[in-house]
Amino acid sequence: MKIKIFLVFIIVFFLTVFFVLYKGLQNSNIYTPDTSQKKDIPFFKTKIFYSEKMISSEEIFKNDKFYLLNIWASWCVPCRDEHAFLLNLSDSSDLELIGLNYKDKSENAKKFLRELGDPYDFILSDKDGTISIEWGAYGVPESFLIYNKKVVKKIIGPITSKSFLELKKVIK
Amino acid sequence: MASLIGFYSLIFGLFSSSVIIFLSILNFRNTNSFDKKILTFTSLQLFFVIVSFLGLIFSFINSDFSNETVYNHSHTTKPIFYKISGTWGNHEGSLLLWLLVLTLFIFVFLIKSKEQSKQYRILTLLFQQVIIIGFFIFLIKTSNPFNYIFPVPKEGLGLNPILQDPALAIHPPILYLGYVGSSIIFSSTLAATSLNYISKKWAAHIKIWVLISWIFLTLGILLGSIWAYYELGWGGFWFWDPVENVSLMPWLALTTLLHCILILEKKLLFTSWVIILSISTFTLSMCGTFLVRSGILNSVHTFANDPERGLYILIFLFCLIFLSLFIFFFLHKSQDNKDYNFFWLSKETSILINNWFMMYFLSVVLIGTMYPIFLEVITTEKISVGPPFYNKLIIPFLIPFLFAMAIGPKLKWIKSNLQDKMNLIILLIISFLLSLLIIKNTNLNFLLNTILVTSGFYLFFITLRDFFIKGFNKLSQNLAHFGFSLFILSILLNNIFSSEIITNLKIGEKFQKDNIEINFEGVKKKSINNYDTIIGKFKIIDFNGSEEVLEPELRIYNQPNIVTSEADIKTDLFTDKFMTMNLVQNEDYFNIRYQVKPFMIWIWLSVLLISLGGLLSLLNRRNEN
Repeated sequence: MKIKIFLVFIIVFFLTVFFVLYKGLQNSNIYTPDTSQKKDIPFFKTKIFYSEKMISSEEIFKNDKFYLLNIWASWCVPCRDEHAFLLNLSDSSDLELIGLNYKDKSENAKKFLRELGDPYDFILSDKDGTISIEWGAYGVPESFLIYNKKVVKKIIGPITSKSFLELKKVIK
Repeated sequence: MASLIGFYSLIFGLFSSSVIIFLSILNFRNTNSFDKKILTFTSLQLFFVIVSFLGLIFSFINSDFSNETVYNHSHTTKPIFYKISGTWGNHEGSLLLWLLVLTLFIFVFLIKSKEQSKQYRILTLLFQQVIIIGFFIFLIKTSNPFNYIFPVPKEGLGLNPILQDPALAIHPPILYLGYVGSSIIFSSTLAATSLNYISKKWAAHIKIWVLISWIFLTLGILLGSIWAYYELGWGGFWFWDPVENVSLMPWLALTTLLHCILILEKKLLFTSWVIILSISTFTLSMCGTFLVRSGILNSVHTFANDPERGLYILIFLFCLIFLSLFIFFFLHKSQDNKDYNFFWLSKETSILINNWFMMYFLSVVLIGTMYPIFLEVITTEKISVGPPFYNKLIIPFLIPFLFAMAIGPKLKWIKSNLQDKMNLIILLIISFLLSLLIIKNTNLNFLLNTILVTSGFYLFFITLRDFFIKGFNKLSQNLAHFGFSLFILSILLNNIFSSEIITNLKIGEKFQKDNIEINFEGVKKKSINNYDTIIGKFKIIDFNGSEEVLEPELRIYNQPNIVTSEADIKTDLFTDKFMTMNLVQNEDYFNIRYQVKPFMIWIWLSVLLISLGGLLSLLNRRNEN
């Protein structure tokens, strides 16, 4: 009798383990450390690229929608690779694409956009690179997905087909 | 072409399995002698798997990119050595290696077990074939290493550079010999349990397999650690990473099993322990495969995140678990020697204590590894369990464990000989004074550390003394225990005395801290086959008189385009000087990390001593037979 109860207990135990692991398989395992996630976005003020007007971060990220801040430069080779993904993302109405032009000559940057197309809803300039530092960027390109004034996701390096699909998934 | 042969060999191998099972069942019913045809087909199956494996190796050597596995993991500019090791440096190839070792071991088992009963041999073969079929189907269905791609790509994607390393090239095969060796223990234990075959004779015969897998598992883990030490560049050798843990868990179970088997062989005790431990060793190995291959964990070992694969292994694993549970609960009749009187100060007691300690350590590691997964599923909260958890739970228990290990093998004498008692106490006092001396000069938690180091030294002295008293008698046990004490001591002293300097330096700059000055003298650039390298030159001046030049490297691999940092390590008998440098993007300085790590080499040597103990024991058995 005692053995039977024990056996039933063990079977139930293993079935639970099985179930939990089965569930665990379906979870995404892309791990981003909690500390860098959902951080409040830094406050900054900068010049709008095509005009000479200043704008603050509060005005930019005020709406209840997703923003993708993309740090780029015309001299950055991997930026060319990710450009196609950005153009694709710019079609999506749930997402506002904001470019942050990093340590770049304005002439070169304009030429870059004429050549490859302009995916951005909005471009800010970061001539001396200080804004990028405040965002904690490692280099160009780098992209931050922002929702409700929080960084939801951070892509270091160019957007790849994998991270592109993830972005799409999050936005949905 | 080679791929095609490889693939069809796999199919034939699977087909042989069904023939073997059919023949075995026929043979099992008739009480005649062992059917020779079974052996023929087992060797045939081994042959097919070898051909298949060679087929994959050839595809890698010839850089045949029409093979998807080769395309994904190789490149024409890679040195030939890494082309070959690339064969098992990926999910598909490594599973083929699993299969190879599985079939090899059952073949050797059949040859080496002629003096055992026919029924037992056949049943073991049957259980092993269940596992083999499981892996065949897994390989062919979800991870075929011979997938054909068209059009044929011109160039492959390359092997991850951090895997291009000699230690890591042989790490998987050695580790697999350990993991898969436990499958033989598993099958034969299930067979012996169902046939009521567990006896002293059986224990003597299965002990060889336990020793073999234990030695390989130990060496495999050691190689992985050494690799992590110099390649990952963090200067540690064990990170309590889930993937390291899944190799440690079978090791703990196997070590416990090894001790139990010894008692079973001599006294016919602990049969339930032996059965449960045999089952858990193999299921833990499988569980490790599940955790790293399903992508449920993320680490260097996660080759591909494919839930379908994970699901397959998961179901397979639980089938095996329930099969073993069924056999254990319904067919197991306790064979334990009922007349045996447990004397509370006997060797058996000390083994039992050892068992419970090991089970405790095992559960800590198991919980630390699995809990984050459970928590995420239940609450969607992500946590990571790191070294502090393990340190807090394991270190306090290490102290009584080490004392028990020191005194355990001596329990018999304690009741008999007064002289020995005195010696034991004197050694204890010496160890205590020695550790007092060491800890006094540091600013660590005094009480805990002194006792910890005392227990380490105590085990060290006692096992050292045994070499003189017992000589060649029980040399293997002494050697392994001595190695273990050395291991613990080296880790403790290493932790206490390690020092580290992290700084940013430009070329030509100096940095000074305490007694050490680091001079960044310059960089050299070189171009080698499949990577470019930047070698930094650093002169380290110690004001106590020594001077050393260290040359850490940054390698930029061409395919895939990854930068790896190669540590430069100067090793001598007592300390390792360890240096890495990293490029900081868009800046003209390098991030420098300089570490002085005492007794590193003793950690590796002591583990070698431990496995040497196992090897000696294995050779001893050979001689006896």
